This record gives sequence, C-alpha cells and structure tokens, in this order.
Amino acid sequence: MTTDNEIVIELDQVEKSFNGQKVLDGVSLQVRAGTTTVIVGASGQGKSVILKHMLGLMTPDAGRVEVFGQDLQRASKRKLREIRSYFGVLFQNVALFDSMTVYDNIALPLRERTHDDEKSIRRNVEEKLALMGLEGHEAKFPAQLSGGMQKRVGLARALVLNPKVVFFDEPTTGLDVSKSNEIYRLFFETQARLNYTAVIVSHDVPKIFKLSDYVALMAKGQLQGCMSPEAFQLSDNPLIRSFVVETMGPIYSSETEESLLYEAL
Amino acid sequence: MLTSVYCAIKPPYKLRPIVRQIQFIGANSLFVILFTGLFTGMVLGLQGYYTLAKFGSVGFLGGAVALSLIRELGPVLAALMVIGRAGSAICAEVGIMRNSEQIDALECMAIDPYKYLIVPKLVAGLIAMPLLTCIFDVIGILGGFMIGVQLFDVSAGAYFQGMYSSVVWLDIEMGLVKSVIFGLLLVWICAAKGFYLHREKGGGFGAEGVSRTTTSAVVLASVSVLVWDYLISAILL
Repeated sequence: MTTDNEIVIELDQVEKSFNGQKVLDGVSLQVRAGTTTVIVGASGQGKSVILKHMLGLMTPDAGRVEVFGQDLQRASKRKLREIRSYFGVLFQNVALFDSMTVYDNIALPLRERTHDDEKSIRRNVEEKLALMGLEGHEAKFPAQLSGGMQKRVGLARALVLNPKVVFFDEPTTGLDVSKSNEIYRLFFETQARLNYTAVIVSHDVPKIFKLSDYVALMAKGQLQGCMSPEAFQLSDNPLIRSFVVETMGPIYSSETEESLLYEAL
Repeated sequence: MLTSVYCAIKPPYKLRPIVRQIQFIGANSLFVILFTGLFTGMVLGLQGYYTLAKFGSVGFLGGAVALSLIRELGPVLAALMVIGRAGSAICAEVGIMRNSEQIDALECMAIDPYKYLIVPKLVAGLIAMPLLTCIFDVIGILGGFMIGVQLFDVSAGAYFQGMYSSVVWLDIEMGLVKSVIFGLLLVWICAAKGFYLHREKGGGFGAEGVSRTTTSAVVLASVSVLVWDYLISAILL
C-alpha cells in the first residue's frame, strides 16, 4: 500500500438529505487502488448511504462522486453499467435472490454478463463454492442456510467475476465471533488472491482495524479523517478519540498521558 | 414503459426466461380461464335464451353468445382473471425483490433489471393474453352451446349458423387487439408498481407495504382494462 496508488473512488463534498434531515454534510474521501478502506461509526450515521453513493444507487444533493475518474451523476446508463461491471457487493442483508438456489445465485452474474458455456460456469461456481467452504450446499435455497453461510454465498457471488472493487456493507453484522472471523479470513484470503480494492462499512471495532489500510469515522454528517488504523487510534480529533474510547477503552499515546490518568484517579 | 420496450428490442435475446414467464402467465392460468370461460358462456346461453325467446328469435343465440364473448367478455374477463392470478404475483414478486435490495443487487452486478425482470414478463403477457382470450372465447361458445342446444333444444345448426353469419373478421380483430393491449397493460402496471414500490406513498415498506401495493396494482390494472376496453371499442367501431 502506498499513497501513490491510483485513486479509484473519490467523494468530494457530498451532501444528502432525507425528508429534510441532512445525513451527509460535505463528505470527502479518496479510495486508492489495492487498498482496504474501512468506514466506521455508530449506527444511523449514514455509512451505508456513503456506500450507496459510491455504487451509484443514490445521487448526491450536492458534491461529486467519481469512480475510475468518471462522475457518476453525469455518467450515462451504459457507462454506469460498465463501471459497475468492475464491482462486487456484499450487502448488509446479503440480498441473495431468494427464489434461486445457491448455485444459481452465484452463476447468475456469469450467465448474464459473460458468454461462458454452462460447463465453464459450473467449473467457476464450484471453485468459488469450494473457496467459501460451501460444497454440498449448492442445491439449497438461501432461506435454508444460516446467516454465516448466506454471507459466504454473498461473498462468492460478489467475487465470481473477479471484480476490481468490492464493497462490504456490515459484513459481520448478526454473526457470532467465530463466523465473523471466518468472514474476515475469507476476505483476507480472497483479497490476497484477487488483489481487489475494498471498501468496508463496519462497526466491528477493533477487529476490522487488522484488515484495513485506512480508517475513517462517519460522525456528524462528515468523515472524520481517513488514516492508518494506528494513527486513527491515536488521533487528537475529539470525535475519533471519543469513538475509540467508547469502542476499545482508553488508548494512551504516551506513558506521560497514562500516568496523568492514574494520578487523576 | 419505453425503457422496457427499448430493452426488449435491444439484444441479447434470451428465450428461456420468456418461455418460463409464458408458462407462469399463460399455461398456469389455463384452468381458471377454462373454468370462467365455460361458466361465462353458460350464463350467456341461459340469459340469452330467455331474452331471445321473448321475441321468438332463439336462432340468434349462437351469434349473441359469440359476439359478446369475442368482442367484449373474452378479452376483458380473461384479462381480469390473469390480473388476479398472475398480475398480483408479479407485483408481489418484484416488490419483495425491491424491498430486500435484490433489484439493487442486480444493478450492482451490472445486470439491467428492466431487461432481466420486466421484459420477459411483458413479452410473455403479449404472447399469452391473445392465446388465453382465444381459449376463453372457444370454451365460452361451447358453454353457450351446452345450455342453448343441449338444455333448451335450440338447433345446433341454427346456433352455429347464427354465429357464422353474425361474426365478421373485424370482431375477431377487435378481440385480439384488446387482448394484446390488455396483456401489455396488466403486466406493465403490476410489474411497475412492484418495481417502484419504494416510491409509493407511505414508502411501501415491509410486508404490509408489499400487500398494499399489490392491492393497488390489481385495482389499477383492472380499472385500466375496463377504461381501455371502452376506448378501444370506441376507436375500432
């Protein structure tokens, strides 16, 4: 990871309101190629709204969202579809096609977006099923799977076309610790293999820091800093500091600071 | 509607989803169409016989039954039955897909949701509705025959001759035009209501939102069929 990497996604002073309530109030962010950017924050702060702007599912009231140098608001439908063809998305509620089997869910992007024959589609899907540890479950419907398995199917579907950018919206919400670790392990393995750029929305702090190159906090309608996890944990920004203390307990930047606290106690 | 038509014309063309929708909208509606067609024809035979008997002209029964069915009741009742059976299901299916972000997932996979979801249903509606209407008409005419000829002893020759001399190609054409337009209209209204569920007044959220939107889609599609029935009749007559 270097700061010289090409900028894949850029948000510039993005604003968005819902029913008069301003959710995004001048959000700016740069996501660089090959890196993992994590957006953390309390629930209801607008983290998923940022993601939906990056995906072109929402348009900003003001500001600009650029992906691969293309302003999404000005992009034609065809251009938007072309940009999205480089995306993989793991939705918060997974959004699997509930009338289709696991196999068909993963095969759908291949059937609709490539000219592959059914034999090579089968080979590709089976490879992804094996990667996610889902062998033997291909004939099941999403409702017959556990939450963790559904997330793995979602991840397999997101990665089946070898995307350049993968978006994860709360990938471990509702999962127990071991299932969360499993998702993180799969994320780590697949990113090392496919070298995709990742944008993760999460509140699984501090675990998510281990996977991230950059961390940004969504608070008060803006992204507070976008820095390395180490710098994030030691940031002087009162909002970041308060979030870090709230989620991880006090973190001391120096022995002096720590001893001052003990003296106060 | 225009987007859907454009997507339907634009390649690639995939036959399998269309065939699956023809089965859902058309073949699976066959029983209800046969049943309602038969009883509509029977009640037309019954009412027609008693009315025509007052004027001593039961020989016109075949023509009266056939004209009523081919020009009006066939297309309209078949469309209303398909709205109740398939239209409501289309709206609920697409609406649930919208609510559970499945349509967003399609868009993020760079799959055009119009082309993938709406177009096969529209094309299937266009193909299935005229066929279902023809079946409705034929079964209805047989229903009228059963009552008029078998029950009330109207001569079979008079029944069919009356039909032969009164039904002209324009009547059949009118029925077919109506059924094609109704097929397009009912699928479009029901699919669009589900597709734009999130823009519904009140948000269309949750199971209640889907049920409310499905109800309004069925009502709107039924009313639209009746309004367009009048308009097409007025234009073609």
